[in-house]
Amino acid sequence: MLAATVRVTRDLDLAEECVQDAYARALTAWPVGGVPARPGAWLTTVARRRALDLLRRDAVLRRSLPLLVEDDDQAGPDAIDEIPDDRLRLICTCCHPALAPEAQIALTLRMLCGLSTAEVARAFLVSETTMAARITRAKKKIAAARIPYRVPSAAELPERVEAILAVVHLVFTTGHTAPRGGDLVRRDLVERSLDLARMLRSMLPGNADVAGLLALILLTDARRATRTADDGSLLRLAEQDRGAWDRAAIGEGVALVREALRPRPPGRYALQAAIAAVHAEAPSWDATDWGEIVALYDLLAQIWPSPVVALNRAVAVGFARGAAAGLAELDRLAAEPQLAGYGYLPAARGEFLQRLGRDVDARLAYEEALLLTENAVERQFLLGRLESLRH
Amino acid sequence: MSQYLILLYEDEGAYANAGQDVMNEVLQAHTTFGEKNASAVQGGNGLEPTGSATSIRSDGAGGFTVTDGPFAETKEALGGYYLVDAADLDEAIAIAKQVPARFGGVEVRPIMVFS
Repeated sequence: MLAATVRVTRDLDLAEECVQDAYARALTAWPVGGVPARPGAWLTTVARRRALDLLRRDAVLRRSLPLLVEDDDQAGPDAIDEIPDDRLRLICTCCHPALAPEAQIALTLRMLCGLSTAEVARAFLVSETTMAARITRAKKKIAAARIPYRVPSAAELPERVEAILAVVHLVFTTGHTAPRGGDLVRRDLVERSLDLARMLRSMLPGNADVAGLLALILLTDARRATRTADDGSLLRLAEQDRGAWDRAAIGEGVALVREALRPRPPGRYALQAAIAAVHAEAPSWDATDWGEIVALYDLLAQIWPSPVVALNRAVAVGFARGAAAGLAELDRLAAEPQLAGYGYLPAARGEFLQRLGRDVDARLAYEEALLLTENAVERQFLLGRLESLRH
Repeated sequence: MSQYLILLYEDEGAYANAGQDVMNEVLQAHTTFGEKNASAVQGGNGLEPTGSATSIRSDGAGGFTVTDGPFAETKEALGGYYLVDAADLDEAIAIAKQVPARFGGVEVRPIMVFS
């Protein structure tokens, strides 16, 4: 609805006002006249009409204000239903590479997921004033630099979709393991990322990267309920109750992975989703096909060489070929500057050292990992590992 | 239609050390760029190196401090500009990607409109 209204106003703030206004009118109109057959269409029409009124009334004033650029043909004012293109335009504007990454995420959550500024601020653990300033700054840049409100050309689209997927993926990872705070998972963010991925899937049904990201979110999130015990403590993959994994999400995810893996070479989200699918389909931890997982990480490292991928690959090697082999792989990454502040590296070292019976070294590794995370659930887990070394 | 200033930030040392053949290539690249984007390009110039720059700051008390050198010392220095017409930022970025800047990159800034 917001997306359709922006197309009339070409101004994000004005569109938001008109949408709020439409809801306010619904509150008075619906109890009297009954809820219309298509409430969404009713609200969109009211919001767009209100926008047109305001634009006509303020035609002179508005001409002097910076407007969002929209260069292609406008649907007539009779077009009641929000066409999917409107939301694609809106997300392309919100995730424009000319905006700062944190502004892209904030705008996307605000404009596409309908979160309030206060909610977006809470999600990123900054004050509401800071977040309001960030959003205002981004809106000003959109207007001043004339960031267009349109679906990019076919030539630009792949690069732009990549930027959008990066935003959605970051919303998901921020929610999946909250960097700070008392809960491991921020459900709200995970669900918003799933909504966005589904929305993109409906807008770009043939895009393998979109299918890959949706699959990755579904397959990873299928384990959500089992990632912590009743007391809130962290459960590793090996300890999770596989019977409680969300089978519907896994089924949907696996089907999407098959589709996403078709291009050669497959994209990064498709490969990450394929790894998640191997775990999802393994009947037990011991029956996991670690050789397959190492092979998928090898492919991933080729198209997406990053220290974190190398770290995950090293851990998989440890399970495929034994703790000593895994430890050797991890130690090769010890000098990687990008991993210097990354707690998973010492945590994984501690795990393999403990398996090898090197308790003194394992203790040092867990203690190092403890210094690097502020997530209460992760800290509790590491303290538990230290405790297990005492026996 | 809006106007954007495309600012060329490049490594001056690289130009200072470049041979005549490289300079000829650069010149040719700019000529080609100008011809290809003749309808969009409204103006442009190269600047003398930052060694020739003078910065003037207000001292806040009605006076001025005049110093030798560019306003900000950076690895890549402002070395030239193009003024272009473009419908929106995406179009300006598409033009900016064609600007020859082998020893650095470019910055795109919308021209402020007063009405």
